Amino acid sequence: MPSLLILMPLAGILILNLPFRDVMKKAAFWFAASLFTIQILLAVFHHPGFWSNSLERFDLIFKVSFIMDHLSFIVLLSIGIVSLASLMIAKCTMHDDEERFNFINLLIIASIGMSGIVMVKDVFSLYVFLEITSVSSFILIAFQKEKLALEGAFKYIILSAIATIMMLTAIALLMLVSGETSFSAIRMAINQSSHSYIILLAIGIFMCGLFIKGGLVPFHGWVPDAYSTAPAPVSVLLAGIVTKVSGIYTLIRITTSLFGFSTAITKILLLVGTASILVGAFAAIGQNDFKRMLAYSSISQVGYIILGFGTGTQLGVLGAVFHLFNHAIFKSLLFINSAAVEQELGTRDMDKMGGLSAKMPVTGATSVIALLSTSGIPPLAGFWSKVIIIIALWKSDNYAYAVIAVLASVLTLAYLLSMQRKVFFGKLGKGFENIKEACLGYRVASIALASITIGVGIFFPVIFYEFILPIKDILLK
Amino acid sequence: MINSVILIVMVIAALWTVLTRSLLKAAIGLALTSAIITIIMFRLNSPLAAVFELSVCTGLITAVFVSTISLTKPLTHRETIAVSKNRLRRYWYLPVIVVLSGILLSASNIQMDFTLPPKAAELDVRNVLWHMRQLDLFGQIVIILAGVFGVVTLFREKKNR
Repeated sequence: MPSLLILMPLAGILILNLPFRDVMKKAAFWFAASLFTIQILLAVFHHPGFWSNSLERFDLIFKVSFIMDHLSFIVLLSIGIVSLASLMIAKCTMHDDEERFNFINLLIIASIGMSGIVMVKDVFSLYVFLEITSVSSFILIAFQKEKLALEGAFKYIILSAIATIMMLTAIALLMLVSGETSFSAIRMAINQSSHSYIILLAIGIFMCGLFIKGGLVPFHGWVPDAYSTAPAPVSVLLAGIVTKVSGIYTLIRITTSLFGFSTAITKILLLVGTASILVGAFAAIGQNDFKRMLAYSSISQVGYIILGFGTGTQLGVLGAVFHLFNHAIFKSLLFINSAAVEQELGTRDMDKMGGLSAKMPVTGATSVIALLSTSGIPPLAGFWSKVIIIIALWKSDNYAYAVIAVLASVLTLAYLLSMQRKVFFGKLGKGFENIKEACLGYRVASIALASITIGVGIFFPVIFYEFILPIKDILLK
Repeated sequence: MINSVILIVMVIAALWTVLTRSLLKAAIGLALTSAIITIIMFRLNSPLAAVFELSVCTGLITAVFVSTISLTKPLTHRETIAVSKNRLRRYWYLPVIVVLSGILLSASNIQMDFTLPPKAAELDVRNVLWHMRQLDLFGQIVIILAGVFGVVTLFREKKNR
């Protein structure tokens, strides 16, 4: 019954948009919240009654099989958590009922796209669901029709279209070689003709497209504009999960299921990962704009995921996926905090802020937890995933990359501590005497995400053995 | 020979589309490029794909572009010349790269250096579409819904407060 994860949201959208709009507008929030909560519970408990069984009548109309492994569960869990957080803060930021209703519809469509990407076994279906996610993301970025947001959305559309063309070209070449678009057929064809120039060209083009989608260096130009100019709930969604699913998860799935780890692929991944870590970290240091700094920080942290994955070892892949989940949580938390500050102060310029922790204690405290986890400070979640990545690099004889990863963590701590000092510590900025703590939606979302960050860190052995270690099986396929 | 001529005409049409100063002419150029692709698809024995290309890309999309252009404020003559001069100066190398790549690829001896898949049995397009690619059809429905919400959201007039 995994098809219900994409059918139920669609049915919900169709019902929500029937007449009786006033009732439906009120119901939309609770419907979306229930959807994401159910997705979280199904991904955590992965009961075989849901994931293994099929709905017989459905199968007559809808003959589709999905991937259901531990990698899918982790990413579906991340999608549910970040979408729920985005929904909660939308209640605080979007006061117009019609605007919030349209946002919720687009959020559900984006989650259908992301869930579809995670579950499909076919490269063309993967492209279709990537497009669903992209189209809904463009509209969400430009949602409030601010001039800068429209510019950010336009940059995203253009670069995303280039990525799509690259992926479609690669899919066409892979279909030429294999005759089909299913993962198994393409894998077999690649195994039979692994040195073919056509296949190597397809792999190269596909990976470039995914680097653009994931916002990796040197294709990261759209990331700071899109993240910083989008409305607050959309920034959380984009930074927290959209780029991770459409770029990074797809890269992991395609590499492990289709291409395999050749020497060239591991070298490219290690180089791109390292470049993203360093460029993102150095660019973040010089930023005054709160959200822009977090956008560059995202590029840097995604570089860690690619670096771990680029080792091509089981430990590296486990570290990469674990860091993907952790980054979804702590980066969403940081963006929620920046959105709360922006809403109360009306500015994102960190030089004008200061001393906000006295007026916004929940935002300040959760920001500390997020920054410590991002920097890899024990015992928080980010520490464990970074340690696993660094150990994987060391054990695979990539000593230089391991040293760079450690030093870049120090850089991460530096710019995030600087952010914390400028924004939350010190003397209260002028004109901010009457500000108060962010509204309930922000507080609930930030406390929940901070609790997950702390919980995953403290209960790391259980989390690792139950959820992360089983992912190693994807390398055996 | 005929295929080479059609491909060259298609490249010329595509270049004219991106280089022309008028937005309306660019939309017509895109329709012309799509029409030439339709001819290529017919010659490659894909009549259904050709029909889709003709009806959707040449017809429907051109109609949508022309409607959208009619809603926009046109640039003045001076602004148009300034934009096109600037664009030529910044992007002159792109069409050169496209044409050179085309010449290099046709001159190079690209081998089919892989094992060809076994020839698939002729499948009815309706069977493929409705029975084998159901998930993609579902995806198309969701994309259309996303587009509808996009239009509703982005074209909505702001309420006067």
